[in-house]
Amino acid sequence: MSTHITEPVFPRSIRAMAEHEEAEPRFLGGHALCAGCGIPMVVRTVLNSIDGPVVVVNATGCLEVATTRYPETAWNVPWLHVAFENAAAVMSGIEAADRALRRRGGAYTVESPTFVVFGGDGGTYDIGLQSLSGALDRGHRFLYVCYDNQAYMNTGIQRSGATPMGSRTATTPVGQAHSGSPRGRKDLTAIVAAHQIPYAAQASAVDFADLSRKVRRAVQMGGSAFLNVLTPCPLGWGFTAREGIAVVREAVETGLWPLYEVIEGRYRLTYEPDPRQSVDRFLATQTRFRHLGPDEKAAIQDTVDRDWHRLMDRVEADRRFFDRDDILTDQSFRGRQVGGSPL
Amino acid sequence: MSKQEQQEVQQEGCRTSRPSPDARLVTGAEAVAEAMRQIDPDVMAVYPITPQTPIIEAFSQYVADGRVHTELLLMESEHSALSAVVGSALAGARTVTATASQGLAYMIEVLYIAAALRAPFVMAVGMRALSGPINIHADHSDVMLARDSGAVILIAETAEEAYDLTVIATRLAEDPAVMLPVLVGQDGFITTHAAEPVRLLDDALVRGFVGEYHVPYPLLDPGRPTTQGAFSMPDSYFPQKAQEEAATRQAGGRFLTLAGDYARVSGRELSAVETYRTEDAEVVLVAMGSVVGTMKDAVDRLRARGLRVGVLKLRMFRPFPEDALRKEISPGQLLLVFDRALSPGSWPPLFLEVAARIRGNSCRSLVFGLGGRDLSVEAVMTVVEGREDLPANAASHLGIAGGAL
Repeated sequence: MSTHITEPVFPRSIRAMAEHEEAEPRFLGGHALCAGCGIPMVVRTVLNSIDGPVVVVNATGCLEVATTRYPETAWNVPWLHVAFENAAAVMSGIEAADRALRRRGGAYTVESPTFVVFGGDGGTYDIGLQSLSGALDRGHRFLYVCYDNQAYMNTGIQRSGATPMGSRTATTPVGQAHSGSPRGRKDLTAIVAAHQIPYAAQASAVDFADLSRKVRRAVQMGGSAFLNVLTPCPLGWGFTAREGIAVVREAVETGLWPLYEVIEGRYRLTYEPDPRQSVDRFLATQTRFRHLGPDEKAAIQDTVDRDWHRLMDRVEADRRFFDRDDILTDQSFRGRQVGGSPL
Repeated sequence: MSKQEQQEVQQEGCRTSRPSPDARLVTGAEAVAEAMRQIDPDVMAVYPITPQTPIIEAFSQYVADGRVHTELLLMESEHSALSAVVGSALAGARTVTATASQGLAYMIEVLYIAAALRAPFVMAVGMRALSGPINIHADHSDVMLARDSGAVILIAETAEEAYDLTVIATRLAEDPAVMLPVLVGQDGFITTHAAEPVRLLDDALVRGFVGEYHVPYPLLDPGRPTTQGAFSMPDSYFPQKAQEEAATRQAGGRFLTLAGDYARVSGRELSAVETYRTEDAEVVLVAMGSVVGTMKDAVDRLRARGLRVGVLKLRMFRPFPEDALRKEISPGQLLLVFDRALSPGSWPPLFLEVAARIRGNSCRSLVFGLGGRDLSVEAVMTVVEGREDLPANAASHLGIAGGAL
């Protein structure tokens, strides 16, 4: 058990993040991301929760395309994009370069920067999974943030390995023979956690204090860290721009998107919906699920229940680990945390 | 070693022009690994593939023995290896890699981007046939995949040339007028695995020659944040590609200069185009790689029979050294261009390059040695003696039933 685990970590308050952004802007407005897109809120929360220098690598996707249209850029930190599937490998090289220069006495900064990768679900669950796995296996010190909006949105809403069951996309359209995605998402967070890295977590674009704390915990743990952040997409999901936060809230309250963290292999729920709501509440908020009939909705509820209970079994098994008095004094994580957005 | 010390060593090398006196018997792979040890890069990112693997195995031993400062990244694929190389090179660290065949094929997507990002690094290539069918032996099909990537492509005839070119390539890649990946190819097994006498230079000479690594906007410098790899629309894409192309072209002139510097340090001249007994030749064999050695033997024996024949070797394939080529070719000479690669449905790649530059010469195209098939001295002699029968309207596939010879 690392000594890090006994040190408390607190989220950065919204006010503190705003002050941080004021003092040291890292991600600027004027980019071309859609109104109602959750990505910029996630990026700003991540970058404003980190102290000291940051270097960013971005996989191809909405964030990259909409923020770096040459010759303009929204980034005020060193930023590199190479391709779609290799962001974690690119960051591996940067992190190794920092170690090499540090050893030779040629480093550019007194303290090593925090290395942050941003990738969408397509670039992370699917085409970038190998390079992510390799980087985690080698144990590079970096934070990989997947902004998971549940499909290939940049190319026009095609199904990815993160697309929920039943969801209509451009490649799982609604027709006479088939309607929507026949399969649910793969459990990428568990796949990542199986690499035995210090920290992996699921967060959301609804509880930004939770996201902030997880970013800070991830960085504080050192080594490889991964955050899977459910991020709303008005175009791809079918809701009006101002509803994004509320839609993600339903994903959390129904248990479709559980908020939890995996610290040195131990699972812990960080928010417990009480009572957990029917998944209908989430499905009803978006046009991508409008075609679903009662049987299909029931099948989705079954998979949500199954996945929830399996997660709870893991959480229960690890509860004793977290009940020790000397670890994780972060905050009110014993018992139910107040959900919802502090915004 | 401080920068000043390195400069002194560099100047000392220039003054004395003394290579290490003793040649060592090493393979091409070992020679390149030795060059890389002397260069002592900050980062090496690699993935194993035959016949390049002895390079990274030898280098891994240098790392294990503490003889280099390098961060050795054992990647999970060539695609990721080159991706890490690009990240590291742009971060501000001198970076190298090595690959072959399918590995280079897998890297190609990233290689194009690396050139566009102007990421400087050296890539050793143990040139090998491409699948399918799967084959591990010498062939130039793999480097031909990199032909239009923007990277500089150098090709060695011998182990010593692979060593020399690796050292020169370090400076060439990082030259402010170039800032591009440089591939240094040697023939798989024929050169990578066969031991030859190689005159290795002193460590300090090589360190002094390559000097310090520098990129203008290192990503690890947060004081000067830059956005690299931005999204480019039609208004900016073409101008950016034109700049990149200009850099590749400039690599030709910079190679001449750097090879001159290297000659002063090593006593060895390495031009982009090298000729052997072509002055009065009626027939000139044009080729790249280890086969040139075979051709030189054939030329000597043919000349003993009274045939006026010579060899023109290209050490540089990108940028294509067209001025040097034209300078070495006289009107009326018959050019026999030997390719170790195909371009199905068209003429093979080296032939196309040569034919496009030549006026007043007849050219014949010959494809040989695919997948490691040997080309003997006798076979070269047979081609030259039977040159009148070579078809002008198609490439001859040497040693293939239905081929011209």
